[in-house]
Amino acid sequence: MSPQTHAGLDYSKVDEILANYGYEKSNLIAILQKVQEVFRYLPLDVMTYIGTKIEGLSPATVYGVATFYAQFSLEPKGKYEIKVCDGTACHVRGSMPVLNAVYQCLNPVVVVNGKVYPQMTADAIKIVIATIMNEEEGK
Amino acid sequence: MTATLIDIKAEQQKVKDAIKAQGLRVLVCAGTGCVANGSLKVIEKFKELGADVRPMTHQDKVTIVPTGCHGFCEQGVLVVIPDLDVTYVKVHVEDVEEIVESHIKEGKPVERLLYVDPKTNEHVFKNEEINFYAKQTRTTLANCGEINAESLDEALSVGAYQALHKVLEKGDSQWVIDEITKSGLRGRGGGGFPTGLKWKFTAANRGGKSYVVCNGDEGDPGAFMDRSVMEGDPHKLLEGMAIAGYAIGADEAYIYVRAEYPLAIHRLRVAIAEAEKRGYLGNNIMGSDFNFTIHIKEGAGAFVCGEETALIASIEGERGMPRPKPPFPANKGLFGRPTLINNVETLANVAPIILKGADWFSSMGTEKSKGTKTFALTGEVNNTGLIEVPMGTTLREIVFDIGGGIRGGKKFKAVQIGGPSGGCLTEEHLDLPMDYDNLIAAGAMVGSGGLVVMNEDTCIVEVARFFMNFTQNESCGKCVPCREGTKNMLKILERIVKGKGEMKDLETLEELAVAVKDGSLCGLGKTAPNPVLSTLKYFRDEYIAHIKDKRCPAGVCEAMKTIHIVEELCKGCTKCARNCPVGAIEGTVRNPHHIDQSKCIKCGACLNACPFKAIRQN
Repeated sequence: MSPQTHAGLDYSKVDEILANYGYEKSNLIAILQKVQEVFRYLPLDVMTYIGTKIEGLSPATVYGVATFYAQFSLEPKGKYEIKVCDGTACHVRGSMPVLNAVYQCLNPVVVVNGKVYPQMTADAIKIVIATIMNEEEGK
Repeated sequence: MTATLIDIKAEQQKVKDAIKAQGLRVLVCAGTGCVANGSLKVIEKFKELGADVRPMTHQDKVTIVPTGCHGFCEQGVLVVIPDLDVTYVKVHVEDVEEIVESHIKEGKPVERLLYVDPKTNEHVFKNEEINFYAKQTRTTLANCGEINAESLDEALSVGAYQALHKVLEKGDSQWVIDEITKSGLRGRGGGGFPTGLKWKFTAANRGGKSYVVCNGDEGDPGAFMDRSVMEGDPHKLLEGMAIAGYAIGADEAYIYVRAEYPLAIHRLRVAIAEAEKRGYLGNNIMGSDFNFTIHIKEGAGAFVCGEETALIASIEGERGMPRPKPPFPANKGLFGRPTLINNVETLANVAPIILKGADWFSSMGTEKSKGTKTFALTGEVNNTGLIEVPMGTTLREIVFDIGGGIRGGKKFKAVQIGGPSGGCLTEEHLDLPMDYDNLIAAGAMVGSGGLVVMNEDTCIVEVARFFMNFTQNESCGKCVPCREGTKNMLKILERIVKGKGEMKDLETLEELAVAVKDGSLCGLGKTAPNPVLSTLKYFRDEYIAHIKDKRCPAGVCEAMKTIHIVEELCKGCTKCARNCPVGAIEGTVRNPHHIDQSKCIKCGACLNACPFKAIRQN
């Protein structure tokens, strides 16, 4: 799982968040939560940016905190985020069959540059890739 | 100092009068469970239909009150009308009109929406007569479901901030610590450390900056009592924290709440803002010279942050990893200052103890475990929900009286108590008085208070795998025995539930368990092997059945299932073979088919496809 880098991100929102939290080291988790609300994930460049803007932090520290907590995602999330509760009570009453059903409905999903191709099969993916290659050659 | 204190009793009378003027109060549960069942729509509908209603009680009007969790989540949406002495269960938005027209206007109860006692099959009107509530003693949850959690007035009307007022009036911090010590209150977060002692240790460092921290990082996936307190009666928690702050000489506090609890965070923010605005928190509380500010810190999803040193690191904005103790937080905690850390439920007991006295509290419970304990009762039991009982209540009373017995009349098998740190209790423990020490002796622990009831259809090995999967995921990785040990224990358990285990795996599991327990710094690692050890102790047969007979006695483990075709019933229609996604079914038309077990993935597609019910699974 390698974090994605993105050019052309809007840093003004990041600055705003940093200012709201007083560029304070102890507010790092709250800052990352707000940043994730804006971008729906934590782009690597933004984490690096935060690491250089707050005194006493380094990009490595920010990355360390971001990867420690389950709430933070280093990859862009899909348009629909499906969460299946697998707490003890739900697990005992059968959450795994529900999860498997979700997989069966969607499985497997292929995402190409953010475009979602649901219900993929071995044959269908060949067509998708062939189409993209044709488009590239035609350019 | 006392001369300038506000008159809290007069304040209470004022809000009581105001609430009386609301007329007939309809309490609708707006806890997380009932919201999921559509309570917000029920509330809207009540507001729409009840606006101009003159109730048969001759009160002026009807007021709809969204409340915190009543606890009986199984039966949500819950609607309680105290003036009519009635509790309605499983209320849908379509039912609201009938309640308003028939009961509120005409005085005729809507029988079909009453709770039906599963033993007598009779309708039950009053809350206190419903079996689920009858055997409970609610202290920390006393006001949850009775008041609008987003109104300070409502909290004041049931006595909020009177304990803090009493403390400020006395002006003796040592008296507060003595009272908590005398009450016998022990930490409700799991460890059971005497609360008074913790306060004493922290108070010994008074003088400079100190902090109070409330641990609301309820990480056990099966527990939700802290959430319910924060959602249903937030001022009780805030008051308990302020009293703790007064006792140890702290003027600043943090509540660390999981980000997965958005409603709790919202209600706490509302409560803090209102209490500060009206002088119950903040500077010169209630006219005294005591100042106390409370901040909220949202967690970001890490079970290990329930450990106090990890929690401190997380509040400071770092990776939530535990550190060795000493130094204890009482000496060197948040930002290096003396810090008192208590769990939500512990702090919610403080105000009642101060108000009603240590003797009242210690009159409940057993010799070494005083007061009441909340449990999140879930799993295969008729009445799931949040309960509060005196310490020492037996498992039988909880499962069969409050819980109403096992669902579908099935057989009780075990309960898993204490979540990922806890263990199993079986039939032989049904009459054991549940308290800290008895549970430890039985190889389990009170822990988080998560109580999952399991019946004959629950696979114990699968449950052990579930918890090990959880702790393995949540291990922070600092201690090698925990990081690698839980991983290997999980691998073995996964092997066993897939039917690929070996007998020597059981010994390896036990060896690893000792290594993980001994070699880990914090409670996560020290207790992670508990679910495995206790299930191995009480249900070794089931492990052996999985390993030797390749059989899951509960019929849960997918890999152990075999699907076969009964030759006498098979007409050879070929439908199963055509539906099989992996081509595991062989046979020719009009001749019995058979399944190649080496290819079968046990998806059950053939099972559903067969028109002659000739395909069976075991």
